[in-house]
Amino acid sequence: MDSPFGLLAELTYRCPLACAYCSNPLNMADYSDELATDEWRRVLVEARDLGVLQCHLSGGEPLLRRDLVEIVAEAHALGLYINLVTSALGLSRPRAEQLRAAGLDHVQISIQADQPALSDRIAGTPSYQRKIKAMGVVKELGWPLTVNVVLHRHNIDRVADVLGLADEMGADRVELANTQYYGWAWRNRDALLPSRAQLEAAEVVVRAARERLGDRMDVIYVIPDYYSRYPKPCMGGWASRQLTVTPNGDVLPCPAAQSLPLPRANIREDSLERIWAESPVMTAFRGTDWMPDPCRSCDRRELDFGGCRCQAFQFTGDAARTDPVCHLSPDHDLVARTVEAANAESPADGIPLIPRPHRASFRTPTATPPRR
Amino acid sequence: MDSTTTETTIRSRASSSDYPRLARHVQLTFSRTRQRHVLLHPETVVVLNGSGADILKLCDGRHTVAEIVAELGARYQTVREDEVRQFLTRLVARRCVELADG
Repeated sequence: MDSPFGLLAELTYRCPLACAYCSNPLNMADYSDELATDEWRRVLVEARDLGVLQCHLSGGEPLLRRDLVEIVAEAHALGLYINLVTSALGLSRPRAEQLRAAGLDHVQISIQADQPALSDRIAGTPSYQRKIKAMGVVKELGWPLTVNVVLHRHNIDRVADVLGLADEMGADRVELANTQYYGWAWRNRDALLPSRAQLEAAEVVVRAARERLGDRMDVIYVIPDYYSRYPKPCMGGWASRQLTVTPNGDVLPCPAAQSLPLPRANIREDSLERIWAESPVMTAFRGTDWMPDPCRSCDRRELDFGGCRCQAFQFTGDAARTDPVCHLSPDHDLVARTVEAANAESPADGIPLIPRPHRASFRTPTATPPRR
Repeated sequence: MDSTTTETTIRSRASSSDYPRLARHVQLTFSRTRQRHVLLHPETVVVLNGSGADILKLCDGRHTVAEIVAELGARYQTVREDEVRQFLTRLVARRCVELADG
């Protein structure tokens, strides 16, 4: 068993945005009993003891946690490299200065498109101008800035201008990540999946941008796995390099794994060390022994680890099958049909995007005892 | 958080007169659990061996590659400059190290 390198701390699923591509779970109300500050402190200490070196503070919108500065200070005291993954709504200059002083190392700000109206429409709320302003604050305070953009059918044609915007903002890194179809995004999949022509055009732009901007900006491009021959090496292997703690303390190998029919493991009931080593949610697909064919006898089993368990479950109802993205999977037709539909004569542009409704779940956590 | 990224192209090779330094968003630190030095990047971790860590401790923008090789030569029996250059070139490609001209 390996030691994990990274902890994804999902501090809250509350969020001011309503993105249709949101990959957080559908049953958000189940996560409203959020961990308290001291519980997060314990998670951070136990994660550090387990070998974690990087802490990604995410959500939802982590800035909605009033104790964010305290959580950052604790992670910093433990020597962790701390990333804040944020919409930037709520990143005022005073708040940013407090976070800087507390030891936050790096800020990743999402933007939905380069044009204010389109960005606001995808985010479901006026947010573009505040994001741009916050990017300026991040640079002024001397932080490295990553601009995160989730790509899909409705913004992928803007990728050249998105890169131009990131460069103009002085971004050190830009992450162009094609949508991962989990949680709410699965519901919008057919409306979000780009066509092959769109992808090919975007890839040309990305290659050119790397040549042109490579000296000052790192351009990361996450390919859409539905279009690849082999599956992604999801999380670098199940429960191998990363772990996720959800807002209510559930411990998972990755954020999407909440959807799988595995018994829950929660930090309120057990130590992180024991959960990582022994809980079924961690051991179910660790290593290669669980693999069916064609993975079991495949040369690539240690390269892509059979792909994504959650994707296998979504498409086939069985998390232990080969990721259907793989052209060798007996279920590959299911993905092929989805891709075919995205490239059909009658385009998917007419399919409406369903924004994530967040307002209803926009409650501050109360002091009610944990529901089990 | 995404692990499926395409490769960064190698565009810079470390030469003897370059002044290597850690990229601004990268930290060199020690992992107690692993008893190894590690390089921390926003999304990746590079676990280092002893000589790798010694090289990077000298990547402060004030030592040239040639000086780093000389410094390590005083500590280890054999230090091959081409190996140090290759090591740094790989880290430049991974955005962990930057080179300033001599």
